[in-house]
Amino acid sequence: MGAVLRRIHSRPLPVTTQGTAPEAWLDMHGDALFRYALLRAHDRDAAEDLVQDTLLAALRSHRDFAGHSSERTWLIGILKHKLADHWRRLGREAPLETPLDAAETDELLEHLFDAENGDHWRTPPSPWPDPDTALEQQQFWKALSGCIDTLPSAQAQAFALCEIDGVAGAEACKVLDVSPTNLWVMLHRARLRLRQCLEIHWFANVSKE
Amino acid sequence: MLSCKETSLLVSQSLDRRLAWRERIALRMHLLVCGACRSFADQAAFLRTAVRRFGRRANAPEPLRLSQDARERIARELRDKQP
Ligand SMILES: [Zn+2]
Repeated sequence: MGAVLRRIHSRPLPVTTQGTAPEAWLDMHGDALFRYALLRAHDRDAAEDLVQDTLLAALRSHRDFAGHSSERTWLIGILKHKLADHWRRLGREAPLETPLDAAETDELLEHLFDAENGDHWRTPPSPWPDPDTALEQQQFWKALSGCIDTLPSAQAQAFALCEIDGVAGAEACKVLDVSPTNLWVMLHRARLRLRQCLEIHWFANVSKE
Repeated sequence: MLSCKETSLLVSQSLDRRLAWRERIALRMHLLVCGACRSFADQAAFLRTAVRRFGRRANAPEPLRLSQDARERIARELRDKQP
């Protein structure tokens, strides 16, 4: 398992294991923590409070930070406890403590490919018109974040963590508490959904113009 | 020969891990003859570029970032509580 985990470290972690000064945490990890909280709690105010509680708790305990994991993973670990407190306060079960199983069927995936016809695409993807121009347009970023918002939470979580925040393979598995195989399946499903969503909400309109 | 469903999964995994040489060859063979999967591969790569840039944008739309207000409030709180 160790070798597999090491191999999926396809890119270096953006944070050092040495740790930075507490004053820099907000700049370095604030948005990542916020995304993590928001994609679970689905409430901006609650997510902001959770980031604050997490950083304050980290401040009190940062001498305990052993440097076994990256600083971000450590902070997300604290955030997870804060999230558990959050659900407890609301008197609700945490909605996603059992991570998405790779064996679990995803209806979208079932629908995308035609099992009766050799698992071909039902609607074959075709090239997008001028994708590079999209990156220059403010509206495109709105469409993209709108699409990320529509992902089921486990997928959104995995995708945001790995792709937006650059927490790679083994670290991401630790944070999300999933196996590498499950992580790959979640990322794949997220990509299938995002490409479909962007096609509908962005590229379909581009080609008509 | 891989199906499109299997191919799309490999395309995706090629972004997340190193494929075994067998997988790489099977993938290449399929992509050679399948335009739909080639489009998917391009789009998956585009998604990665877009999303990484999205994460780095200082003036990105706020939905997935801390608002300026929240940021200032938290910074103040951290300063006050600094031991
Ligand atoms: Zn194909």
